[in-house]
Amino acid sequence: MSHGRTPVVTGWFTGEGDGFRLLGTCCSACGSVFFPREDVFCRNPGCGGEELREVPLSRRGHVWSYTDARYRPPSPYVSDPELPWEPYALIAVELAAERLVVLGQAVPGVTVADLAVGMEVEVVPGVLHEDAGTTWTTWHWRPTGVTA
Amino acid sequence: MALAADGGDGVTGEVAVLGAGMHPWGKWGRSFVEYGTAAARAALDDAGIDWRDVGSIVGADTVRGGYPGYVAGATFAKALGWQGARVTSVYAACASGAQAVAAARAQILGGLADVVLVVGADAAPKGFFRPAGGDRPDDPDWLRFRVLGATNPTYFGLYARRRMAVHGDTQEDFARVKVKNSALGALNPYARYRKRVTAEEVAASAMVADPLRLLDICATSDGGAALVLSSVEFARRHGVARPVRIRAVSTVTPRYPTTVLDLPDIATDSAVAVEPSAETFRASIARAAYEEAGLGPDDLSLAEVYDLSTALELQWYEDLRLCGEGEGAKLLRDGVTALGGRIPVNTSGGLASFGEAVPAQAIAQVCELVRQLRGEAGDRQVADARVGLSANQGLFGHGSAVIVVR
Repeated sequence: MSHGRTPVVTGWFTGEGDGFRLLGTCCSACGSVFFPREDVFCRNPGCGGEELREVPLSRRGHVWSYTDARYRPPSPYVSDPELPWEPYALIAVELAAERLVVLGQAVPGVTVADLAVGMEVEVVPGVLHEDAGTTWTTWHWRPTGVTA
Repeated sequence: MALAADGGDGVTGEVAVLGAGMHPWGKWGRSFVEYGTAAARAALDDAGIDWRDVGSIVGADTVRGGYPGYVAGATFAKALGWQGARVTSVYAACASGAQAVAAARAQILGGLADVVLVVGADAAPKGFFRPAGGDRPDDPDWLRFRVLGATNPTYFGLYARRRMAVHGDTQEDFARVKVKNSALGALNPYARYRKRVTAEEVAASAMVADPLRLLDICATSDGGAALVLSSVEFARRHGVARPVRIRAVSTVTPRYPTTVLDLPDIATDSAVAVEPSAETFRASIARAAYEEAGLGPDDLSLAEVYDLSTALELQWYEDLRLCGEGEGAKLLRDGVTALGGRIPVNTSGGLASFGEAVPAQAIAQVCELVRQLRGEAGDRQVADARVGLSANQGLFGHGSAVIVVR
């Protein structure tokens, strides 16, 4: 059975392997960057910009903070209630060039014990979950020292 | 623009608190309408006001009670018996109660009503709060659950870990907040949890969102709270010469660009084009209230802050300028925020002892301040309490702070 790969949200990320990037938008008038993307109006209150172009965000950033999910999150998070819950870590990452913080799940296998505030991480493609017809893809943060 | 802070006989921006009432917090398994109506009746009794003499009712909405929850003002008016009052319903997540107080105050100061009843109540689910049903990929609250499984404790965990890294707070510091608040909650008949908790019990409870454990995180509860507000002039005609008065209500929003990852956002704003304010959103909530009241942190007798997590209470100390940045844990360790300290915080027992009943909680904070300022807080009484501040933050950018004086 062939699985289609579908992004969990359209237009938030693109590419494969080392070419994987989060996608934001940038206001042509003031240069403000938005993630999740703003496509119609700039949210800088001092800017009337209405032209926003898609931009890839920096691949690497530094850990602003981190935590984990020891309990199964409620719907619409998708998990198999038949399987034991596997905790995962969440990392908030500061991107220097864009001067913003983006939250994401850590790659599977990375726990809070592996993380520290200030540590360098990079964005990599990941799988959120799979169902009968689709592999739902997302972004993950991975410490740059880890290749797993 | 500051309102006149004159509590005397001149023109004033103050409104009087005639009555405060609550339904005990818990998991009672009944409708939010019942909790709110019970709290409203208690507040009216406390005020000595007949419901039929109330000119306006303001309800703080709940998103968990179906349509009646979205029109809470009318729901409570009907339950109390239709009597023709002006009606308002407001929603601002955790800040809904403060918005209800703000709406009532504006009506009184604007001369639209002499007496306004403010009511909020909720019946909470078991476990994590979750977004409203349906597929809504344009709703950030839906997206954070769908894409990341980011619950409310996820954010509390992020803030707590950040404090540990930046300020050197420890999990033992966080546990101390629970120990303090549970001791106070044990003295409050309206609290859901009335057992003292030890640091060892906090440390032995299950990890939920590292570094926070179950006993670091507030539960979700059923509860109801209500206030009867009036003009100061009406209060005097009613025979209350020196009523407890609301002097400031802060309902500010953040300023672009935000730099703290707030619920329910997946990212902060970008600070590329606009330099962020040196003052965080939470700090601006308190500052706006201080400015409106013409008061400062040194004037406070007590404060009720939104301890969604133990670590967040320490953050509020700094945001309220009770101490400098990073000094919250020391303030707690020195006993400054305990009953008997210079500025007791969460004498009600806080969310640690109540669990959150979203639209009722900010009203319940004011109920505690009113009891304290009247000297009716029993074993929790702060000696000679004269000025109280409540503070919280509702998701989606809602500031909430109320300053009450006598």
